[in-house]
Amino acid sequence: MTKGSVRFENVTKAYGGVTALKPLTLEIEPGTLCTLLGPSGCGKTTTLRLIAGLESATEGKILIGGQDVTHLSATYRKVSMVFQSYALFPHMTVLENVAYGLTVKRVPKAEARSRAEAGLEMVGMKGFGARLPSELSGGQQQRVAVARAIVLEPEVLLLDEPLSNLDAKLRRHVREEIRQIQQRLGLTAVYVTHDQEEAMAVSDRIIVMKNAEIAQAGTPTDLYERPASAFIADFIGDANLLDAEVVASGTETRIRLLGEDTLLPLSSAQKGAVKMVLRPHQVQLQATQTPGTFPAEITYAAYLGNLIQYSLASEAGEIFAVAQPSAGAFKKGDNVFVGWKPEDIRLVTN
Amino acid sequence: MTRTANLWSLLGLAGFFLLPWYMAAGGFWSFGWVADPGGNGASAFTNILQGRVWLLGAGLALAAALIVSLAPLSHLARARGWLIAGVAGLTLLAGQALMILRNGSRFDLFGDVSQAGMGAGACVVALALLFIATTGISALGRGRGDAFVTGLVGLIVALVAVFVFYPMAFVLVQAFSLRGGAGLGVSEFLPRLFASENWSLACFTGRGWCGPAVNSLVLAIMTGVGTTLLGLAFALIFTRTNFGAKKFLRVLTILPIITPPFVIGLALILLFGRTGTMTEFFADLFGWEKTRWLYSIWGVWLAQMLSFTPIAFLVLIGVVEGVSPSMEEASQTLDANRWQTFRYVSLPLMRPGLANAFLLGFIESLADFGNPLVLGGNFNVLSTEIYFAIVGTVADPAKAAILSMILLFMTLGAFMVQRKWLGNKNYATVTGKADNGQHASLNPGMKWLCYGLALPWAAFTLVVYSLIVFGSFVKLWGYDHSFTLDHYKRAFAIVFRNGVHFVGSAWDSYFSTLTIAAISAPLTAAVGLATAYLLVRQKFAGKGAFEFSTMLSFAIPGTVIGVAYVMAFNFPPIELTGTAIILILVFVFRNMPVGVRGGIAAMSQLDKSLDEASITLGANSFTTLRRVILPLMGPAILAALTYSFVRAITSVSAVIFLVSARHNMATSFIVGRVENNEYGIAIAYATVLIVTMLAAILLLQALIGRRRLRRVDRVAA
Repeated sequence: MTKGSVRFENVTKAYGGVTALKPLTLEIEPGTLCTLLGPSGCGKTTTLRLIAGLESATEGKILIGGQDVTHLSATYRKVSMVFQSYALFPHMTVLENVAYGLTVKRVPKAEARSRAEAGLEMVGMKGFGARLPSELSGGQQQRVAVARAIVLEPEVLLLDEPLSNLDAKLRRHVREEIRQIQQRLGLTAVYVTHDQEEAMAVSDRIIVMKNAEIAQAGTPTDLYERPASAFIADFIGDANLLDAEVVASGTETRIRLLGEDTLLPLSSAQKGAVKMVLRPHQVQLQATQTPGTFPAEITYAAYLGNLIQYSLASEAGEIFAVAQPSAGAFKKGDNVFVGWKPEDIRLVTN
Repeated sequence: MTRTANLWSLLGLAGFFLLPWYMAAGGFWSFGWVADPGGNGASAFTNILQGRVWLLGAGLALAAALIVSLAPLSHLARARGWLIAGVAGLTLLAGQALMILRNGSRFDLFGDVSQAGMGAGACVVALALLFIATTGISALGRGRGDAFVTGLVGLIVALVAVFVFYPMAFVLVQAFSLRGGAGLGVSEFLPRLFASENWSLACFTGRGWCGPAVNSLVLAIMTGVGTTLLGLAFALIFTRTNFGAKKFLRVLTILPIITPPFVIGLALILLFGRTGTMTEFFADLFGWEKTRWLYSIWGVWLAQMLSFTPIAFLVLIGVVEGVSPSMEEASQTLDANRWQTFRYVSLPLMRPGLANAFLLGFIESLADFGNPLVLGGNFNVLSTEIYFAIVGTVADPAKAAILSMILLFMTLGAFMVQRKWLGNKNYATVTGKADNGQHASLNPGMKWLCYGLALPWAAFTLVVYSLIVFGSFVKLWGYDHSFTLDHYKRAFAIVFRNGVHFVGSAWDSYFSTLTIAAISAPLTAAVGLATAYLLVRQKFAGKGAFEFSTMLSFAIPGTVIGVAYVMAFNFPPIELTGTAIILILVFVFRNMPVGVRGGIAAMSQLDKSLDEASITLGANSFTTLRRVILPLMGPAILAALTYSFVRAITSVSAVIFLVSARHNMATSFIVGRVENNEYGIAIAYATVLIVTMLAAILLLQALIGRRRLRRVDRVAA
């Protein structure tokens, strides 16, 4: 096993009687950025803190770079962490903050200083060394926190919702920077977020967690194109989940939706009740009925400039759709017909 | 970790072979023992050669720990080895110390043996064994494998056990002892606990005096209610009105905290006693009879109200300020008027603060010793009865122990009731979100009620304090008001003849008070803040019990602690009476809970991710504490230092049992002067103490200063 890999073998965590993590086995490849994604309380932060050594595993084994670190305290693990609140020491200057990890390891002063300055330069904060954290903007503090973590040349860089305190525009900018630094240094990074768009944008691999266990792991494309469950389909990109039934399976699949049969170019789903995944942008709205469509009524329409969002009520349930304004706008109360392309459809079990 | 264990093993062995095991005559720091390695300075090793073989156990345990570190063992086996060696060594050490006394052994187990109190060597060996054991525990993976954390927990648990629980056990044993030294038993305990002489209600029926337990309880409830109401009035004036002289009020509320005990009582005597200024004035004006009304529950209550209202105020101002303005604004936008807003929103949110203020007033009143002593007359309370049971003409330690138990039950009971009443309700109104509203001002009725309560009181306090200063400069208050410096001269005269001679009678106690306060203050702050650090930042088994035991000494009234220390530390194994150490210890463990509370409050405001950031950056917990947490705790450290310094100077209840000719304290010196009716000197001394404490507080503030988190501190609107 190489430097920088992270491996969990049946790791569990319980606080008193409450299970925070069911037996978890995972492997993070060196040099990749892996995201732990999930709703709050799913165990993603617990997992991150277990890697950092801030929590100790109830059972199981944790390996970093092939070395068993299960009982090693956080101080001695070669990981560093970027905190949600940045956790910059308010009584130290920016430079002192970045050099902190080096000075507590007794790196000579001059070397610590030059390495800290190099770290600041890498995150584009050169010249801010003498300031106090309180004199920086949120985005600048975020960069200092990243610099502080990477000057130690950790085997694994941990990021705990690093962007959640930034405004939306800055968020996109900073996440690109983090990704670039990670790739340039070839760092293994574990990134915790609850924002699926952020996860899709930065990750080599995403591990989606739910109820203290892994729901699905894979590349962003895997998760979006081939969701394993209704939860993943809904969580990764929005989805309309329509009740349907598989009536015949084989190289193609025949499903029945609202009493009408459609042939999907999908091989073999099991017969029986399924959910049909229809992404909002795949919904085709039209004013006239054609075969394979069903009627719906527009209950809400919101104009967002580059697109229009619709909510619709239909026999198949509530449907969320987005459309280009150029396609011609419907308004609230309009009766429309909902169609889709068979090749867009994915099926998931309940 | 092996290095830590080795270090402690070697230190322990050094203590075992080199340092005097027993208390050296003339004190450790005189180093007289160095010249006498066979007798006074005999190490444990020498003592074993002289026949005290029971000391061997501790030495063997240390050697065993060293062998465990050097032997080729697995990590886990080594950890277990350390733990076993440490625990076994401590058990043997404590066992022999408790069993073999100055003259013979307990239950005559070992025949004709004897030993003195433990000294420097024993102390070092015990510490070494303790830390070897805690290093073992951390190596087993407890406390996240952090030897510093487990060591700190072990140290504080050991200190609290030895200096709080061990002495309290003596009180307990004494309370269960049978008359005539017939051993222990419960047969006499309950009858004596509930004896009618303690619980008599005769004063309510008008046929005699009530028992001290009833008196204490009634007084404590009156004081608790009174100080809470007055404190609330002051707090409301501060936060909800635009009263002009707030700064002045603030000073008035701080003064009583730095006032030595007795002083307020004395001033009240000089004002309202039978020949007091006010008594004379009203007698002349209205022909009122001069009575001794002051020497009753009313006098004591008045003095306690003057002394403890500031404490209630300090508790309540935090709470009243903490009620989120947006809640009051929400109430007002929902069309409630100012009275309704106060009655239904603000007041219920202040409930925990009111409960806390009452609890503090209640406990302070129960524990108060100075005021009942001076003003009580025939109104006996528990704390004074305990004192007289120990130092009175007929010493009756069993009675003192029983009364101490009653007092302890009352204070602990108050704690329990408060916890139960507040329950698990969440009153937190200070959230992380910025909250920039304005507090609702009081409606006119409430405002004038507060003014009416608080302002005459403030004026009264002012008069009392002016008179204290005035009284120290007149010949004999009430009779001869001509100006004199005599009192100061007698207490604080300095003669310059062949050098400087401090000939005043008060200098000795003044210097030893300052020295002991200066030594105990940083120790108190250190122990208190370290405990707070463990409670807030670390997870370990038994944390709840740990918290309770560290807070316990706060519920133990000073008189009780004093009695317990006298009973426990008057003979081997820990023989401390007559030394300065016992005074320092009593201050550290009496005042520690306040350091703990302050530390908890301050540390809870520090985001935990700051420590975690430091730890993941490769710092250990000790470095994190030193470089991240402590620098951010400036104000809490300042408060803990100031408080423990001031309390060490002004406390009397515990101290009065523990002072000795060599280490007299200012307060007990004042007691002596009061008992001799030398009021002038007593007041002059008190004035000097007040000035000293003010100077010390300002000095500390200048030294520690403010946190530098922002270039410019935003001025609160």
